[in-house]
Amino acid sequence: MRKRYESWGKYPKHQPASVYRLRWHTETPPFDRFDRPVLAYGLGRSYGDVCLNENGILLDTARMAHFIAFDEERGVLRCEAGVSLKHILDLIVPRGWFLPVTPGTKYVTVGGAIANDVHGKNHHREGTFGRHVTQFELLRSTGERLLCSPTQNSDLFRATIGGLGLTGLITWAEIKLRPIKSAYIDMERIRFGSLDEFFDISARSDTRFEHTVAWLDCIAQGSALGRGVFLRGNHSEEPGPLRPSKAPRLYVPFDFPSFVLNPLSMRAFNTFYYYMHTPTRSQKRVHYESFFYPLDAVRRWNRIYGRRGFIQYQCVVPPDDRVEVMRELLTLIARSGRASFLAVFKEFGEVASPGMLSFPRKGVTLALDFPFEGEATLRLCEQMDAIVREAGGVLYPAKDARMSGEDFRRFYPQWETFRRYVDPAFSSSFWRRVMGETPANRTNGA
Amino acid sequence: MANICIVGATSAIAEATTRHFAARGDRLFLVGRSPDKLAMIANDMRVRGAAQVETFVLDVNDLDRHVEMLETAEGAFGPLDVVLIAHGTLPDQRECERSVAKTLDAFQTNAISTIALLTEVANRFEARERGVIAVISSVAGDRGRQSNYVYGAAKGAVNIFTQGLRNRLAKKGVAVVTIKPGFVDTPMTAHLPKNALFASPEDVGARIFRAIERREDVVYVPWFWFFIMTLIRHIPERIFKRLNL
Repeated sequence: MRKRYESWGKYPKHQPASVYRLRWHTETPPFDRFDRPVLAYGLGRSYGDVCLNENGILLDTARMAHFIAFDEERGVLRCEAGVSLKHILDLIVPRGWFLPVTPGTKYVTVGGAIANDVHGKNHHREGTFGRHVTQFELLRSTGERLLCSPTQNSDLFRATIGGLGLTGLITWAEIKLRPIKSAYIDMERIRFGSLDEFFDISARSDTRFEHTVAWLDCIAQGSALGRGVFLRGNHSEEPGPLRPSKAPRLYVPFDFPSFVLNPLSMRAFNTFYYYMHTPTRSQKRVHYESFFYPLDAVRRWNRIYGRRGFIQYQCVVPPDDRVEVMRELLTLIARSGRASFLAVFKEFGEVASPGMLSFPRKGVTLALDFPFEGEATLRLCEQMDAIVREAGGVLYPAKDARMSGEDFRRFYPQWETFRRYVDPAFSSSFWRRVMGETPANRTNGA
Repeated sequence: MANICIVGATSAIAEATTRHFAARGDRLFLVGRSPDKLAMIANDMRVRGAAQVETFVLDVNDLDRHVEMLETAEGAFGPLDVVLIAHGTLPDQRECERSVAKTLDAFQTNAISTIALLTEVANRFEARERGVIAVISSVAGDRGRQSNYVYGAAKGAVNIFTQGLRNRLAKKGVAVVTIKPGFVDTPMTAHLPKNALFASPEDVGARIFRAIERREDVVYVPWFWFFIMTLIRHIPERIFKRLNL
């Protein structure tokens, strides 16, 4: 099938001028012949434009996907940057290992996981993905190959983790895995009726559960505001089958027409999900697939938002006035009637992120989708930005398609230091947008 | 645990197929031109569970070294159970039309070297009365078309050769599998515009692995090419010659 280079949110629709496909980590793309900015593109699972490079050149890394070495005793895996987390799980689960940190989809590449310094349900324990990266090789456009680790080229190591692919091409990486006794998770689900209740459960869960997350009904208003379902779990300690996931059977074959998702169907879904979990508390042993990757069960689920796509909004706000700030955000979202499926809600922990531009930090994070409806959607996001800004929070570049350059530089004041490590041949639609550079008549992005 | 020899092991289709043998814990003898790429694939296969991986640098057009290659493989592992011949190039038809040398080169790589190798492997397997010989040919070998008949003629020769070989070895318990992929999204077809007929190397590799396991005869990959090619083969020549295929 023809490969399309779009981001998961399908907004914005920026096409590259050309694509250079990589297959081996030892090959060096002809940087000297490229007359446009370059950016690595893996599986296109970031939502906005960090993986896009309008009128530039994309280095497609999805087939640069070889394993290099696996120390089964110590749980250290070295692989090329295009290897996906799914490929890794298929390999390591039967041998009693698991990813130290995983985002909500396994269809991301290792390079992308590093470049966006992704996080998961165990952030309060393990921090971000980048914390478990022991070393990687960075190919600069000069042709120079640099081994980066916490002790070697440590500045570039820190700049590249969460560096949005701008510091060069990650060719291979080494990660430290965690041991498991079973592919199953001992999970508990608890229904909560308000934000206060959420924070109460969250505080009591963090020490006892490695994984915590909540789904929030983002349509409920008034006394139901902030209701949701709390999910927490641990890798089962009881030795069990080490079976990786099966291939998904469901598939969205085309973009849905826009009327499928409407306020009524969304409300019905949110309400159904909330009440589906009766009794208010349940315990279950489930396969890791359904615990970590419920949406992976439907291939290309992003098509339900139709051709115009969607915007995912993810922010983190500091713990100080979290209840008030979240209430304000949720009220705004609910009143707008634009939110779609459940919002994801989680408390991040104290563990410091290793990257210069890493998003996760102590506080509470909220992520939710808005079907893209043009100006109205953008205006709502801007109203949310104001609340986040005021609260001292930040937005997540991996999800972003629209934050202002001013906001980006305020949220990430480290950008000035970071900019020194950007490879002059590399750039992205995101980077040009937040740095206020015009895409036309530029040949490099730094 | 089976002993598998893959010739043209760095091709995307061969690699995708080899991963299935590796996951099963087989012993792999990987043959290709580039030591660097062979080493990367060997590492990947070791991680995936291959019991043992050896590499052998060979240009298949170096016909004199085929025996040495097979002896090295069997010296390392003992008798081979499967030989998969997967090397090939997709020549530029237009350039071939203008150059005898280019045409013969394409024939050399895609037909002569394969036939030479098949002859050696067949004699060994026939004497032992076991084994599977699989060859990646192409749907292009089913009928000569103006756009691609040099490649097509070479693959056609391989198709007829393996057909005869299968007939000869069937009585001796040796399977000969002729694999006919359609368009596959690999470096070999990187320059072609992609359409819905293109299959991924992963899907094609999985199918080839299954065909070898089941000792099938002629396999179109993906399956729908059987119908496309049946149709194409049945167009009368007087009409066919006027088409722009």
